[in-house]
Amino acid sequence: MKALYFAWVRERIGLAEEEIAPPGEVVTVRQLIDWLSARGDGYAAAFANPATIRAAVDKSHAAPDAPIAAAREIAFFPPMTGG
Amino acid sequence: MAPRPALSVRVQAEDFDPGRELALLTQGRRDIGALVSFVGLCRDEDGALESLELEHYPGMAESEIARVADQALERWPLQGLTIIHRFGRIPAGDRIVLVIAAARRRADAFAAAEFLMDYLKTCAPFWKKERRADGAAGDWVEAKSDDDNAAERWR
Repeated sequence: MKALYFAWVRERIGLAEEEIAPPGEVVTVRQLIDWLSARGDGYAAAFANPATIRAAVDKSHAAPDAPIAAAREIAFFPPMTGG
Repeated sequence: MAPRPALSVRVQAEDFDPGRELALLTQGRRDIGALVSFVGLCRDEDGALESLELEHYPGMAESEIARVADQALERWPLQGLTIIHRFGRIPAGDRIVLVIAAARRRADAFAAAEFLMDYLKTCAPFWKKERRADGAAGDWVEAKSDDDNAAERWR
């Protein structure tokens, strides 16, 4: 699946997007965050405070317990500041 | 039969002309009694801010705005909606966002415009980064709990 990162999540990880292949036991957004956090210091910094992380699965807002099995695209970003 | 509400959602780098958008929404219509428009501008924070860099999630920005617009259309009897949100570098003083709600009656147009702005702030995937006038590195604008509260009151 494709992972997308925006705003300071993107800056801390150092990537705007990448292909990821999490293991089968990673089934929710929250578990994916934990799995990504272990990939390196940038990821750990980006996901250090899960309360400030929002996620979207296939371009729809997703809660931490949302399933990711069928997802083609998962995005992580800070709370939105548009308008 | 009443014409279907005219819905226009645009996410673009270019500026927009509010007067032209108001005219477009009412063109050829005689059933609209009220137009409420909101224009959000980039303010300079008393001279400290040179510009904002607006990052967005292409595709989701459009679909989230359309989703919120559909909620407004379900909730109020509206004749039309125009929503434009810009991305990219926006200098202080420039326009960022436009919402126009058209209805038979002003109460519906006012309420829908306010609802749309409250929800766009908390649901539409846009993020602002400050570029400071003194050249120092700017920060990402932090989400305000006031914005969450403003959206929450419509539930």
